[in-house]
Amino acid sequence: MTARALSLAPASAARKRGLGRGLLIGLALLWLVLIVLAPLGVILIEALRKGTSVALASLSQPDVWAAARLTLLTTAVATPLNAAFGLAAAWCVTRFDFIGKTLLMALIDLPLSVSPVISGLVWVLLFGASGWFAPWLNAAGLQIMFTPVAIVLATILVTLPYVARELIPLMQQQGSDEELAALTLGARPSAIFFFITLPNVRWALLYGVLLANARAMGEFGAVSVVSGHIRGLTNTLPLHVEILYNEYDFVGAFATAALLAVLALVTLVLKSFLEHRHADDLAARGRR
Amino acid sequence: MTPSATWKAHSPLPGFSLSLGFTLAYLSLFVLIPLAALAIRPWENGLDSVIAATTSPRAQAALRLSFVAAAVAAAVNAVMGGLLAWVLTRYDFPGKRLADAVIDLPFALPTAVAGIALTALYAQNGPIGGLLAPLGIKIAYTPAGVVVAMIFVGLPFVVRSIQPVLQDLDQEVEAAAETLGASPFQTATRIILPALLPALLSGVGLAFARGVGEYGSVIFIAGNMPLRSEIAPLLIVTQLEQFDYAGAATIGMAMLILSFLILLGFNGLQTLIARRGA
Repeated sequence: MTARALSLAPASAARKRGLGRGLLIGLALLWLVLIVLAPLGVILIEALRKGTSVALASLSQPDVWAAARLTLLTTAVATPLNAAFGLAAAWCVTRFDFIGKTLLMALIDLPLSVSPVISGLVWVLLFGASGWFAPWLNAAGLQIMFTPVAIVLATILVTLPYVARELIPLMQQQGSDEELAALTLGARPSAIFFFITLPNVRWALLYGVLLANARAMGEFGAVSVVSGHIRGLTNTLPLHVEILYNEYDFVGAFATAALLAVLALVTLVLKSFLEHRHADDLAARGRR
Repeated sequence: MTPSATWKAHSPLPGFSLSLGFTLAYLSLFVLIPLAALAIRPWENGLDSVIAATTSPRAQAALRLSFVAAAVAAAVNAVMGGLLAWVLTRYDFPGKRLADAVIDLPFALPTAVAGIALTALYAQNGPIGGLLAPLGIKIAYTPAGVVVAMIFVGLPFVVRSIQPVLQDLDQEVEAAAETLGASPFQTATRIILPALLPALLSGVGLAFARGVGEYGSVIFIAGNMPLRSEIAPLLIVTQLEQFDYAGAATIGMAMLILSFLILLGFNGLQTLIARRGA
């Protein structure tokens, strides 16, 4: 239909259309380059400004390694917890009907619309020097603020919805027929979970973990508020970028930034791989 | 009939109490109790201090900057994100899959990384800032820099909201409009835009909300001058550093309430449009 309509149009109109199309594509790509790709490029250029060896030397500082370790540790605690939460939340929300379900789903999404700084602030209000729980913490001789524990708490809050949001629409779409069939055949609850539910959602689970992981490793605002910025102790990689930048160590800052950018690119590659290879096993795209 | 049946439909599947219990406990621990602190602590010095903390010139300037800059950035993203979504769904060109994949880069790139990169680009000695400087345009260390950072972080929200709708939109309707003599402009405004509007609004709402709360990518490029280029999240951090917990919580609460009201308005608008379309 479109093709016939096109062929009926006069040649000059077709040429005009081709021109307009080229212009639109050009404009869109120019914008993409300016807004998204130029920042990526400038990171590499600035990191390598004084040569590869200087950039690599600044990456081998003990502070960078300590920051990388803390970033990995934080992610290793926060992501599995949020994955377990995502599975539990998706199971009760998609397999049962109960009053307050809509409210529960809204609560799960809530951290997405909260400023990262607020996601850090709330922990200071609870555990800071004049926080709600400060008297108990002082009495017990415990410190949460400005320790890795606070960083983990802030990261969990920020990344809490990611896995649940991938699993809920998919499990809604899949329905519970297979699980009900297994139940009538006498399967135990653990068997239903491990042999039916988990295999059915494995790619969406991986996808959600990937997104949560990327956000956890890159989180800045929330972590910045609770960290105290103690080098070697409570400094994550994104925070270390800020410290180096504010000390005018631009090569170091951009080299560390480049390391994080590479992690982001790996995430994107894995993400598009999952989207292309396992599109049917992920929930319909387009709700974010 | 057991009492529980009154609030829960019966299901033979196992694990309801376990999964709901874990979900509620987890949400309470990591979302509800922390946000309760945010809702309650502003009032500990009375209503007057809440009013004082939100109406001080510095707080007003910071809140205005965060919300106005986020609105401008969301508007820019509505246009340019719409164009990108259109080009990526309707046209074929070399490198299309790559272009589609890098749309998500602002999601994946840590905000601090984006912040220093944008600053390096738009500073007066940077590649883009250097081009604009002779024209008398300053981006970095001005409110314009705040908008640029918010455009960066908001772009994927708009594109990814519109793309699936554009994909499903029946192209034959456009072709029909064309054969009936509609100009491309008429087709765009009368056929495509109305169908796209709900998705566009939701994407713009998401980009706006993200912009309002954005911190990492903004603070490097903003210059952070109180009253001029200081965003609301930064004011929260500053007040925390001065141990003014109630003040920080007040600004945080004000931000959340304002964003909530604006998003509510967006949702209302969406419902209105959907109802008119039906």
